[in-house]
Amino acid sequence: MIELLSTVVDGIIYSSWLFIVAVGLTLIYGVMKILNIAHGSLYALGAYMAASLAGYWLAHGYPPLGSYGMLALSAVLVGLVMGPLIERGLLRFMYGKDEVVLLLATYSVFLILEDAIKLIWGVDSLSIAEPYGMLGSVDFAGLTYPVYSVLLLAISAVVGVALAWVLQRTRQGKLLIAVIHDSEMSAVMGIRVPRFYLVTFTVGAMLAAVGGAFTAPMVSVVPGMGVEVIVLAFAVAVIGGLGSLKGAALGALMVGLVRSAAVHFLPQVELFSIYLVMVLVLLFRPKGLFSSAEARKI
Amino acid sequence: MKRIDRTLLVLILPLAILMAAGPFLPQWVLFLVTLSIGKGFVVLGLMLLLRTGLVSFGQGLFYCLGAYAAGALGKVLGISDVFLLLVSGAAAAALLAYILGFLVAQYRDIFFAMLSMAFSMILYGLLVKTAALGSSDGFNVPVPTLFGAKLVEASTRYMVFAVACAATILVALGVHWYQKTTLGSLSPAIKDNELRVEYMGASVRHAIHVKFVIAAALAGLGGALTGMTVGHIDPEMAYWTTSGEFVFVTILSGTGSVVAPFLGSLIFETIRSYAYEYSPNTWQMVLGASMLLVIVFLPLGMWSIFTARRKRA
Amino acid sequence: MMQKRSGSGRILFVAFATVLIAVGFTLSAHAADQKPIKIGIVSFLSGPPAGPFGVPARNGAEILAEALNEGGKVPGYGTKGLGGAPIEVVYIDEAGGTTKQVTEYRNLVQRQDVDLVIGYISSGDTLAIAPVAEGLKKLTVFFDSGTPRIFEDASYKYVFRTGSHSTMDSVGAALYVTEMKPNIKKYAGINQNYAWGQDSWSDFEAAMKILAPKAKAVTSQMTKLMSGQFGAEISVLLSSGAEVIHSSFWGGDTESFVLQAAPRGLFKKSTVVLTCGEHIMYRLGNQIPDGTVLGGKGTVGIFAPNTELNRWFQKAYTARYDVPPTYPSYRMVQAVLGVKAAYEKAMAANKGMTPTQDQVIASFEHLSFDTPSGIVEMGLGKGHQAVTGISYGTTKVVKGKLTITNIKTYPKEKVNPPEGVLSKDWIESGFKRTK
Repeated sequence: MIELLSTVVDGIIYSSWLFIVAVGLTLIYGVMKILNIAHGSLYALGAYMAASLAGYWLAHGYPPLGSYGMLALSAVLVGLVMGPLIERGLLRFMYGKDEVVLLLATYSVFLILEDAIKLIWGVDSLSIAEPYGMLGSVDFAGLTYPVYSVLLLAISAVVGVALAWVLQRTRQGKLLIAVIHDSEMSAVMGIRVPRFYLVTFTVGAMLAAVGGAFTAPMVSVVPGMGVEVIVLAFAVAVIGGLGSLKGAALGALMVGLVRSAAVHFLPQVELFSIYLVMVLVLLFRPKGLFSSAEARKI
Repeated sequence: MKRIDRTLLVLILPLAILMAAGPFLPQWVLFLVTLSIGKGFVVLGLMLLLRTGLVSFGQGLFYCLGAYAAGALGKVLGISDVFLLLVSGAAAAALLAYILGFLVAQYRDIFFAMLSMAFSMILYGLLVKTAALGSSDGFNVPVPTLFGAKLVEASTRYMVFAVACAATILVALGVHWYQKTTLGSLSPAIKDNELRVEYMGASVRHAIHVKFVIAAALAGLGGALTGMTVGHIDPEMAYWTTSGEFVFVTILSGTGSVVAPFLGSLIFETIRSYAYEYSPNTWQMVLGASMLLVIVFLPLGMWSIFTARRKRA
Repeated sequence: MMQKRSGSGRILFVAFATVLIAVGFTLSAHAADQKPIKIGIVSFLSGPPAGPFGVPARNGAEILAEALNEGGKVPGYGTKGLGGAPIEVVYIDEAGGTTKQVTEYRNLVQRQDVDLVIGYISSGDTLAIAPVAEGLKKLTVFFDSGTPRIFEDASYKYVFRTGSHSTMDSVGAALYVTEMKPNIKKYAGINQNYAWGQDSWSDFEAAMKILAPKAKAVTSQMTKLMSGQFGAEISVLLSSGAEVIHSSFWGGDTESFVLQAAPRGLFKKSTVVLTCGEHIMYRLGNQIPDGTVLGGKGTVGIFAPNTELNRWFQKAYTARYDVPPTYPSYRMVQAVLGVKAAYEKAMAANKGMTPTQDQVIASFEHLSFDTPSGIVEMGLGKGHQAVTGISYGTTKVVKGKLTITNIKTYPKEKVNPPEGVLSKDWIESGFKRTK
């Protein structure tokens, strides 16, 4: 029974992390139909920036709690700089081309950023562990969990709710939904579509960086850390139905719980648990859990 | 075939010249060209799928399976004949694709891509778990022989190279012929509008299934060839980054011609090899920037350089 | 609608991409000296293994090659370069998998025409390169890589490995653990899910079966390489009740694991054995909880003998790179010094004339040579595979600084199989020295 409980707790903690990591990808795809491979690099950039800024903050003896602010600030910075740079500097020249071409463009960006990170920060690992341990830990179901996990859970909830609110309750959100449905028609109606693309991509980049920045305290920040994240984020987004916020949440939850169950009860299958989930879901829901119906073209 | 297409001549002539010149070329050139042909087969398969509007992020599944089939033949049964290894690689991949095809042929777009990727990652996971096949370290493929004759290192390289060239010509003719058949010529139509194709009375699913099997057989062939060229195989061949690289080279090459995939792989391998040599710390940056240039200036792939020139002429 | 062609945008873009390519090439332009003996050095310069292994190894090669070329700097190795001929080094990135590595190896040998190749950290790469080296008849020295399969499954003339294989790490760990806890009942493992992690665990488990027959392996967690998230695994280990946890994690995974497991009390509940913990000890420092067992894959770094040669290496390395050398640097130095010793022995036998490759190979086989990590003996694989001893120690933070206590060093005979016996069979036979 206790084992079951800790399976669920571990699963939920992992899911909250997965959701933060995947939501930016699904947002960008939902609006712009771009599978952004550079998502992994933005995640890594967020982590590196966080390790540098928070490290600087703590090294100068500022109040330790402020290091959480530094984590958030680094995500915002990475998003505000890299988002417009990639979208205005490259992607906008390619709109209207095949999805695969756009995907390859982002892959090229990924390759360039991987080496750029190496040139800036070197190949040695960075770590910024203080924010992880500072909050202490709680005992639950006979096991000790760091409070930081609860913080992650809260962040993912805030991100999810905030995005849902913006999309459904604000005027800009409603306009964005119009852009998603038919960008050409929206442009005709006077909506400034390019601006929506710019904002979406920037927010998506920022979310990737949020994932990296808040992961940084619990891992060692190393070159290549973004690679694994790409495929995880893809899988979660596809399971949920690309572009669906609800889907990303549910997809993250499913993958998280299945992986946790595998670790607890059947460590042998952990390696491909996520892909098994993906195959099973796609078998029964060929377009993911939540997919928007497409207009039939004749 | 009454008349051989010009693009085919573009392929066959250089290959024939290369085959003749082979013994006088430096060994590393032979190796690079053979490797590019191996990967070119995979890319050719992807190109066929792409003409139908399908992108597979899991072609590594068949590439790896072909290599392992050929490798296992050598490891378990001691067979090292170059032709048997190639055929077994292609056959194993085609068989698996035939079975998976019943499922996969229903999927489109990103879901086709991700489902195929999931399958290749499952193969990757299984191989990593199989200690008998060397887990993630893989195992060595025996030096290929020709009709039972074991050759010295230098001659083996040339033999594999010559066989690869010959296979390329055969495959190119075959694919060229296939595209002229009713089933093959449906591709662009399926890409543009599936429903119309169905209304015309053709089965889209069947057409895609056939194409999937052909692409897989080519990937298996490429895997077997790469395996025996490199002399070693490991599960990395099924990893998603390997498949991603193939998609990359496909777009880079363009879908203009049967020749494009081979040329594209050769250019890609050459750029990468020199980037490794001259820029060991920043080869990814060189590679990424080169590719961006191609995507922006040759949106139809590198092959469009040739077609554009021909039009102008 | 958005396909408006922006001419200036395109030009800007080309300029940008061209600059990137140029930057990429110039940043790594290497010194093009005209030097006779050209050595290809292959080691990870990018990706996750670069920081913990690749770059320290590369640095070890760099500093040693420079010191040797100056001559008279390296204690015990007074002659300049290799027998008077200066060393020229070409660096290649090991990232990218076996297919790429075989391509690059062929390019090194056939296009760049190097005289020998020293390299390879990944076991998969060494398995793939060995037969190619044999085919191309080029002296190739593996400085690292774990798998015992290279010389146990095959035998090679042109291939050498100057570091012990991974059996030693697991056997040493089992010896240390059972000496520390003779009545151990339960142990567990957390290893990376690929050949290295699987082999390390199965050797450790086999050794434990002999050394502590009553102890039981309660769980074996296999994590995806570089997954970075170990929450669920730590929960399982916490509730498993294991007294000892074996882990062959390296680099980023080790660091992430320590960062995530320490606050949850895993290191208090169990003794965690990090078989390659030595190479992260300077990075994590006092973040490693007290009582953790660290190994260094040999008698390297903090475990290295106090010789003049080691003191020189420690000092020179630390002065240049600001951190003390770790095991990959030591292993690289073992390889370069091995080549030097073999080359000069062959030269002496050849009356001071430049030796042929075959003569170098003949004098390399069964050679014993001095290194900063002590004497290395080419004792296995018909004289092609090195054997060394191994040390383990326990961490203790004293006045905010990490120290290692209770160091035990096991001699090479105790942790390596005898010639002609497979590592696996040797462990299962109860570590018999004679057939």
